[in-house]
Amino acid sequence: MSFSISLTINGTRRDVLLEDARVTLLDLLRERLALPGTKKGCDRGQCGACTVLVDGRRVNSCLSLAVTLDGAEVTTIEGLAQGDRLHPVQAAFIDHDGFQCGYCTPGQIMSAVGLIAEGHAGTDPDRIREGMSGNLCRCAAYHGIAEAVQDATRRMAAEDERASA
Amino acid sequence: MTPFDYVRPASLADAIAAWEPGAAYLGGGTNLVDLMKTGALRPGKLIDLTRLPGLDRIEALANGDTRIGALVRNADLAHDADFARAFPMVAEALLSGASGQLRNAATVGGNLLQRTRCAYFQDPHSPCNRRDPGAGCAARSGDNGGLAILGWSAACIATNPSDFCVALAAMDAVVEVEGPDGARQISFADFHLLPGETPERETALHPGEVIVAIRLPAASAGFRAHSRYLKLRDRTSYAFALVSAAAALRFEGGKIAGARLALGAVAARPWRVAEAEALMIGQTPDRALFDTAADVALNGAAPSGDNGHKIALAHRTAARALALAAEGTPAQMPAFPASVFGGHAHA
Ligand SMILES: Cc1cc2nc3c(=O)[nH]c(=O)nc-3n(C[C@H](O)[C@H](O)[C@H](O)COP(=O)(O)OP(=O)(O)OC[C@H]3O[C@@H](n4cnc5c(N)ncnc54)[C@H](O)[C@@H]3O)c2cc1C
Ligand code: SF4
Ligand code: FES
Ligand code: FES
Repeated sequence: MSFSISLTINGTRRDVLLEDARVTLLDLLRERLALPGTKKGCDRGQCGACTVLVDGRRVNSCLSLAVTLDGAEVTTIEGLAQGDRLHPVQAAFIDHDGFQCGYCTPGQIMSAVGLIAEGHAGTDPDRIREGMSGNLCRCAAYHGIAEAVQDATRRMAAEDERASA
Repeated sequence: MTPFDYVRPASLADAIAAWEPGAAYLGGGTNLVDLMKTGALRPGKLIDLTRLPGLDRIEALANGDTRIGALVRNADLAHDADFARAFPMVAEALLSGASGQLRNAATVGGNLLQRTRCAYFQDPHSPCNRRDPGAGCAARSGDNGGLAILGWSAACIATNPSDFCVALAAMDAVVEVEGPDGARQISFADFHLLPGETPERETALHPGEVIVAIRLPAASAGFRAHSRYLKLRDRTSYAFALVSAAAALRFEGGKIAGARLALGAVAARPWRVAEAEALMIGQTPDRALFDTAADVALNGAAPSGDNGHKIALAHRTAARALALAAEGTPAQMPAFPASVFGGHAHA
């Protein structure tokens, strides 16, 4: 049984024909849509490397069946920067050395964007650590990651304030 | 994954009509898709419930009860301000489970029906009576340090992994279901089954029944000022419970007027013992009383393998959860929900 679905990925509408229902969003992005920025770590919801935003909420794309998402808006790491201008979370990860090998980084950054939008952690370092616990880092860059998320939260709040002033 | 049909019904009636033996309902998929990947589960048809109308609401009913639609996401329930005010311990249990990403996807109906984390259940190449009745139980002679100390049988020693369910058990939740034979309600105490000779029968649901909603009685909100969930795990966050406890107290004139205690990750269902709660009524809260309550709650506990340590761990967790509840619900959700490190693990 095949299914045709339509997704808006990083602002662009994509019509996709799935030859069967088993395809996860992660595999669709990486194998079919030439968007390999989203990483596959465990493929079982246990590491967070595959984190993307679906309709603005962070989720594990390895456990999302693509067929269930017909009509959804998906944002991946490839869709964050505006041209050459990095998203504040991306910039903060660079400033605070929030990575070593970089494999977990797209998932960390997407998770941080989701966490900041949720708005429950603020700039409290413990709440940020708790809120980011769904993203493992084999290089243990956690210290820089937590600092980057805190800094990005501040920068984005300041930008919002400037925009509304 | 083996191939399967996929349908997305537009109404609850269509979803129930689409059910057939071998079909599975799909919520957030965070448990079902995982087990389909390992090959432990091979449903022939997925019936996607996620777009059914009207099941994603949290409602205050006229009689004061709270009704949570089965499709409400775990994160949305935990962060609903009214809900967290009335049932802070349930919110804490939810936030102690899984990760931000998983809680965004997981539905409350799916949480109730998540399967055991017994590693042999997840692995289709291991004998497992729960997955494959009569096949044997690999856990009995395998890695069983985290498995049951209460209510287990020779056939199966698995535990129920849900945090949410422990809190719901303590709060006298009711599960509303609807199936081919109509609608009915199941009290939480009767919802999950102990393994006995038939570990493959995990809940009181009849074939084809859908969880429609979970109801919390108004009276349970009376515990809001003194209720806590405490969860011991291998790391502070993003780990399943080794043991956990949901504790809630109500005071009148300094004496305990109502008490609830449920233990998690010790049995195939949340473990609640009426006598352990009753003995606290009319007493003043102190350490000795909570130790006695924990003793009674763990009456009959026995190792099912290399897990005798869980008995002492559960005892301390229960007594400490009661002591924390007596101190009072924190004004704000702790930074590390349900953690023994309280608000701050990193000074
Ligand atoms: C890495 C990881 C860590 C986790 N850690 C924790 C933890 O610490 N604590 C914890 O409590 N949980 C934890 N979980 C489990 C998580 O909470 C569950 O996977 C989730 O709650 C299941 O909900 P779902 O909507 O995704 O269910 P699904 O995966 O969609 O479904 C689960 C089961 O329920 C059935 N089902 C779903 N909805 C209905 C319905 N309305 N009516 C009838 N049947 C239905 C499905 O057929 C399936 O059998 C973790 C999961 C992962 C992957
Ligand atoms: S303990 Fe239960 S779930 Fe685990 S292998 Fe044995 S029968 Fe299966
Ligand atoms: S690849 Fe999805 S959580 Fe690890
Ligand atoms: S930077 Fe290497 S895994 Fe995180």
